[in-house]
Amino acid sequence: MDNFQQLIQYVLSGLSNGAIYALIGFGFAIIYNATGIINFAQGEFVMLGGMLTIFFLTVFHLPLVPAVLLAVMISTIVGVVFERLAIRPLRNAKPLRLIIITIGASILIRGIAMLVWGKDTHALPAFSSNEPILIAGATMLPQHLWIFGVTVLIIIISRIFFNYTMMGKAMRACAYNAQAAGLVGISVKSMTLISFVISAAIGSMAGIIIAPLTMTSYDVGIMLGLKGFCAVIIGGMSTGFGTVLGGLVLGLLEALGAGFISASYKDAIAFIILLLILFFRPEGLFSKKETERF
Amino acid sequence: MTEKKRQIIVFLIFAAAALSAPFFLKDSYLITVLIFVGINTILAIGLNLLLGYAGQISLGHAAFFGLGAYISGILTTRFPLDPFLVMILAAFCAGALAFVIGFPILKLKGHYLAMATLGFGIIMYIVFNETVSVTGGPSGLSGIPYLSVGPLVFDNDWNNYYLVWISTLAVMLLAINLTQSRIGRALRAIHDSEVAARVMGVNARILKVQIFTVSAVISAFAGSLYAHVVTFIAPASFGFHFSVELLTMVVVGGLGSIYGSFLGAAILTMLPEFLRVFHDLDIIVYGLMLILMTMFMPGGLVSGIQMVTQYIAARKAKRKDEHAQA
Amino acid sequence: MLRLDSITKIFGGLTALEEVSFSVAAGSITGVIGPNGAGKTTLFNIVTGLYAQTSGEVVLDGKNISFLDTEKLASLGLVRTFQNVELFGQMTVLENVMVGLHTGTKSGIFSCAFRLPRQIKEEKFIREKSMEWLEFTGMTDMAGVAAANLPFGKGRLLEISRALAANPKMILMDEPAAGLNSRETVELASLILKIKETGITVVLVEHDMDLVMDICDPIVVLNLGKKLAQGSPREIQENQEVISAYLGSD
Repeated sequence: MDNFQQLIQYVLSGLSNGAIYALIGFGFAIIYNATGIINFAQGEFVMLGGMLTIFFLTVFHLPLVPAVLLAVMISTIVGVVFERLAIRPLRNAKPLRLIIITIGASILIRGIAMLVWGKDTHALPAFSSNEPILIAGATMLPQHLWIFGVTVLIIIISRIFFNYTMMGKAMRACAYNAQAAGLVGISVKSMTLISFVISAAIGSMAGIIIAPLTMTSYDVGIMLGLKGFCAVIIGGMSTGFGTVLGGLVLGLLEALGAGFISASYKDAIAFIILLLILFFRPEGLFSKKETERF
Repeated sequence: MTEKKRQIIVFLIFAAAALSAPFFLKDSYLITVLIFVGINTILAIGLNLLLGYAGQISLGHAAFFGLGAYISGILTTRFPLDPFLVMILAAFCAGALAFVIGFPILKLKGHYLAMATLGFGIIMYIVFNETVSVTGGPSGLSGIPYLSVGPLVFDNDWNNYYLVWISTLAVMLLAINLTQSRIGRALRAIHDSEVAARVMGVNARILKVQIFTVSAVISAFAGSLYAHVVTFIAPASFGFHFSVELLTMVVVGGLGSIYGSFLGAAILTMLPEFLRVFHDLDIIVYGLMLILMTMFMPGGLVSGIQMVTQYIAARKAKRKDEHAQA
Repeated sequence: MLRLDSITKIFGGLTALEEVSFSVAAGSITGVIGPNGAGKTTLFNIVTGLYAQTSGEVVLDGKNISFLDTEKLASLGLVRTFQNVELFGQMTVLENVMVGLHTGTKSGIFSCAFRLPRQIKEEKFIREKSMEWLEFTGMTDMAGVAAANLPFGKGRLLEISRALAANPKMILMDEPAAGLNSRETVELASLILKIKETGITVVLVEHDMDLVMDICDPIVVLNLGKKLAQGSPREIQENQEVISAYLGSD
């Protein structure tokens, strides 16, 4: 394989990882904008998505679609339970307590996953065939297409939701000014709950579509979560184009860095970018006005 | 003045108990465990100064612990240097690093600060893991020499116990002094209302960086001690998992309480040693502890103990009254 | 002593303050009044460095303090209190006041951790001085109470005690009477007069007209971000523009 083909290969895998990071980033942004909380357990939804799907496929021998649906549903329920039990009672607490509680929830979920499924890594079979597709001399797996397809679909759905449905508009209102939203009759409490529902669903979906490519285990949540956070920080805490771009840029840099510089420092790249952005442009690279958060 | 006297007495009792404990323990295994309780107490105090007093979170403190351990480990195995000098150097390096990254990192608040320190911790962990030629990589670094002062070599549990616990008591004393001074009050003021603290002339930006540095120096000191006591170090001891464990110690023991740090360190160090089940379930238990403590006892066990003693005192007083009436 | 020179502050597209200028004479109690949204608190935030003005200068004792950090001002003798009372809730009343002495003292981390002799002496000084201020405001018996447990009115007093402990030349008070009952307001008025007698200049933003008319001279009136009038209480009361601004007739 010559250099050019290799480059294409890196770009492809970078973009597909990047799409996942963007989706995970969306999850952070949705909860943050509704509640002001960075949910450290976001990565665990991603882990749950992948692990639950594998569980339903291998243990219950369900077909793919019901397995995926069930996995998303259960992850979402976990999100709801978490919000009800831990976040709602502490809604007015200082950030420090909320941070600690979401960290606690994150390792609790991870620990239970370890207890149930063990420490092994598992692979989810590809959604469709494993036959590589040749593009410009580089190979592309059908799973890549699935990732891009599902990502685009989720972005479109969330655009429609936030811009055209009553509930989506209400959530934007809450993000903009929770007090005023409360005054016009929007229930801020239920918006918080819905934000956990949506972000758990999106997060678990991201975990499902990436699992056939990268394998999954009980502890993938932390790295994926952090990289999703990195993507959404680049995008300025929005569910907009900036975060998608942030995810893709991060995925690309990682893939190229791993390919051409050193594979062992691949993970460090994301965190160095994260620190640089937090240090120098904490409002994000692509953020426009503060109000356009969804 | 009575309050001050009471504090001195409490510290003296604590110190006497700590220093005489080995005489009562026949079991050398227990002494080993207590050595680690001491090291973890130092670490928890370091983090508590930052988290419990100044109110600034760090999810990367294991990195400073690791930095101290690795600088001591690497330099004393490769060069004929005095380990105590290296220890000072290690503390200085960790402090310098904390000072430099402290300015940009502590400009961040709350969740962003947590994420940034987490990122920092993971970067350091990757460095420990991947610079194989220097650190020995994932398989670790062995053959770190024991500390020695003249003919006294700290190569057995008994000696190491006193090495660690005299250090722990010293760190405790310094930390208590610090928290009850002008600086300690300024830190707590920042925690409660940063804007009011600034109006009163507290330079919050600099003070946060300073306490972050102090905290890193304390952690690195614990790291050096750890390296010389255990004589073998590997990156797994200095990862995100350990940062969370430290956080759990501080939260369980009590944010803003030096004795609480000891309590948290003692519980989290001893539990896995005595409850075999705990070994596999440790992260579940940490998670539950963090959640339950934050929800129901935000002041940690120390505040719980205070509540209980106050309750008992109140009941006793009430009973006395009833007796008097009867 | 304090001079504001055509201060303008624009938030986004909104002009909160426009070319506001006035001076505060040393030893006076200057009142700043105006209807809601007149820009009074914004003005305080600019003077104390919490906001940066869009243009204009703030001069304290001949020194331009326009863009100094908030934490530098206490050592220049300028402190403030807050409309919503910003106390250090987890600390005791005495400790709150002791933080007030932060600027006047120097011990660093090292001398505090090792309790160097100078630090011990300084700590004793801080404690004694703080007790004196608590006596001044009549809060001695509450020294050991956690600030968060104080009733609102006492919280205000504590905030003032803490500000006094910084040994200021000037105190800015943001609505000190807000939330106080009438008895507490009367006590506050006499405390402010007592503070003035010690030679400290007081500037207060206030809604309580009786209080302002009783103790302030001169009074500055702001309306919609502009200075409307300045003068003695009598002049202000008779000023037609001020009356119509308050009554809303134009």
